[in-house]
Amino acid sequence: MEPIVATTVSVIAAATPLLLAANGELVAEKAGVLNLGVEGMMLVGAVSGFAVALTTGSASLGILAAALAGGVLALLFGLLTLGLMANQVATGLALTIFGVGVSSLVGAGYVGTPVARLPRLDLPGLSDLPVVGPLLFGHDALVYLSVAMVALTAWFLHRTRGGMILRACGENDEAAHALGYPVIAVRFGAVVFGGVTSGLAGAFLSLSYTPMWAEGMTAGRGWIALALVVFASWRPWRLLIGAYLFGGVTILQLHAQGLGLFAVPSQVLSMLPYLATILVLTLIATGSGRGRLDAPACLGKPFHPPA
Amino acid sequence: MTPAPSRLELRGITKRFPGVLANDRVDLDVRPGEIHALLGENGAGKSTLVKIVYGVLQPDEGEIFWEGARVEIRSPHRARRLGIGMVFQHFTLFEALSVGENIALGLEERLERGRLERRIREVSESYGLPLDPGRDVHTLSVGERQRIEILRCLLQSPRLLVMDEPTSVLTPQEVDRLFATLRRLAAEGCSILYISHKLEEVKALCERATILRGGKVVAVCDPRVESARSMAEIMVGTAIRETARPATRLKRAPRLVVDRLSLAPESPFGTPLREISFLLRRGEIFGIAGVAGNGQDELLAALSGERPVAEPGMIRIGEARVGRLGPAARRRLGICVIPEERNGHAAVPELSLAENALLSAHARLQLLRLGFVRRRAVAAFARRIVERFDVRTPGIEVTAGSLSGGNLQKFVVGREILQNPEILIAAQPTWGVDAGAAAAIRAALLELAERGTAVLVISQDLDELLGLTDRLAVIHAGRLSRSFETRQVEIGRIGMLMAGVEEPVPAEAG
Repeated sequence: MEPIVATTVSVIAAATPLLLAANGELVAEKAGVLNLGVEGMMLVGAVSGFAVALTTGSASLGILAAALAGGVLALLFGLLTLGLMANQVATGLALTIFGVGVSSLVGAGYVGTPVARLPRLDLPGLSDLPVVGPLLFGHDALVYLSVAMVALTAWFLHRTRGGMILRACGENDEAAHALGYPVIAVRFGAVVFGGVTSGLAGAFLSLSYTPMWAEGMTAGRGWIALALVVFASWRPWRLLIGAYLFGGVTILQLHAQGLGLFAVPSQVLSMLPYLATILVLTLIATGSGRGRLDAPACLGKPFHPPA
Repeated sequence: MTPAPSRLELRGITKRFPGVLANDRVDLDVRPGEIHALLGENGAGKSTLVKIVYGVLQPDEGEIFWEGARVEIRSPHRARRLGIGMVFQHFTLFEALSVGENIALGLEERLERGRLERRIREVSESYGLPLDPGRDVHTLSVGERQRIEILRCLLQSPRLLVMDEPTSVLTPQEVDRLFATLRRLAAEGCSILYISHKLEEVKALCERATILRGGKVVAVCDPRVESARSMAEIMVGTAIRETARPATRLKRAPRLVVDRLSLAPESPFGTPLREISFLLRRGEIFGIAGVAGNGQDELLAALSGERPVAEPGMIRIGEARVGRLGPAARRRLGICVIPEERNGHAAVPELSLAENALLSAHARLQLLRLGFVRRRAVAAFARRIVERFDVRTPGIEVTAGSLSGGNLQKFVVGREILQNPEILIAAQPTWGVDAGAAAAIRAALLELAERGTAVLVISQDLDELLGLTDRLAVIHAGRLSRSFETRQVEIGRIGMLMAGVEEPVPAEAG
């Protein structure tokens, strides 16, 4: 029992950054904006969170800084793509490259320095229960936040008028404009939300998953998060399943490496999560064609408001 | 007693866009309970004017009076609060959202879901416009989609309803039902501003008409006493050459044989083609009528070679079995195609007219030599199209996307006709084209048939097919009805087939 519980706990940890980042990207894409800069925003979030937590000694301030940094980067993306009508794909790629550069510049002095891990929210009594205790209780705040965020997003998108307007902007920008909704403003909001949660995902990595800073420590998780949005066919609850599935694959390969289970080089096993990403995307694209139809109709298209 | 003030009055409305004067001191006056037509060619400024009325655009000059009081309509929200509703030509619907959500997005009031659905059911029943609020829009027919737009307006009890070309996509029965709804609304005191190209409809429905040309009001008349022809001439500004009704040319050799053609759809929302059979004779014009989305796009793709079909023998040109050939090979055998969508299908908007001419004509007109483009020959061909088809353009080097819809359509039609096709397939050849250009395109098709080409016209515009074709058939849900001689056909029967009421019997294979 003990190893299974321990493995599951590590799956939760591996899934959390994916879930946070993918959830934000889902909201942005629902509004019609494709931001490929998730990886960059996560890295900048990770380094800002780490630096602030280390220098102030406050994990909360670190988390706040990470959210802010991710939001600022997203705001920059918004200015370029929504304000100046720059191409979303190119700008998103540039944002990732920018994020990689800035984070290693800022983080150069911190490499190898440890920081206190985010405190676990232990509930006396409950956390000590066998099996259930470690599974449900005793995680840190960001783990709970990631799940709460999914519930909140699902509720907002499908149960509120605001969510309906956001989906309308992603589905048919010109119609939304003709009915009098501020398409650009809605998209700005969605993009910045996506940046904030990507920043939080970065903070989770540098403050909880491995409490330290290393260059490029996101290791492609931003790209997996992007793939997860497609995998979940833009539905928040499916994102939860997808993120835990990918978290599972990550942990599985770690254990397989540790135990020397397969007679293959460890590098091949490290590739597993990324191979799974490619596999999922290919299956969705070739399957019944449903995947394409779930996508918001205006995804990635710039909107020029008529004079 | 003073007469009641106008519901809506526009005085001296002027709107400029870079390089264009879209509205030039336009006056318009719509009375309470009146059905008022707004007529004009494409580019005459109708759409700009109604967008100003609905608050989507702001006028540069001029005043708007609503029930006698001066107002500024700064946004669609403001327009809706005044009591102005609008049904757009290109529906402002969200396909992935439900009917209820689509309606909620167009309402000022915020109703919780249960109450909104009850009100949708009430109003839709009371006006005979059945709709299920829970369904997703992408599952609905075009007529049902329009009902959403109309219901969205009716739910806020409008006092002015603006309708932008509402019938272009409806079956005759759906048009009748729409007119009944509009007449009832007018009788209840709602004014209707009705924009249309179809002058017969305007004569049947409207009490007054304001005619725009080049952004200016050129006439205000009573359509019930004017003839369709006289109104068309006011719109265009010159006399229109009528296309003569074709003489019958029925007993000629078949050029194109389509034999039990079936094709699976490309996307889950597409329509499969089911055992379509017909033949197209030398020198005849054959029409395929039908409401959009019943397999027309798939049929065009199968005939042009964009999507090869299962059996080579399903499509035959003379003796040649061409079902597996691609578009270029079929063009060499004599099929030229005019797709419905001008931008992105018939023409590449970012390329110049000359380059667009090259794209479809290189195979038939030898515009390539050893793989190199013969630039002078291409330019000469493009110039010939522009001259012969009266394409108004500054030159052949401008991009296709910069031309107005009607001019680009003339260019595309000319490009195919001047390749001397054996068989010409045209989808919606006059869709969204003004009256003058439409008449020119129809005349060109008739002349081509006269010279012996077999012409297939796929269109949603039944009036056009009735005026142009020798025979016609109806496509519904991917099946083709038997063909009728156009002269003897009953419109009611065609309408029923279009609506899918009468199950079409498969046509005899040739």
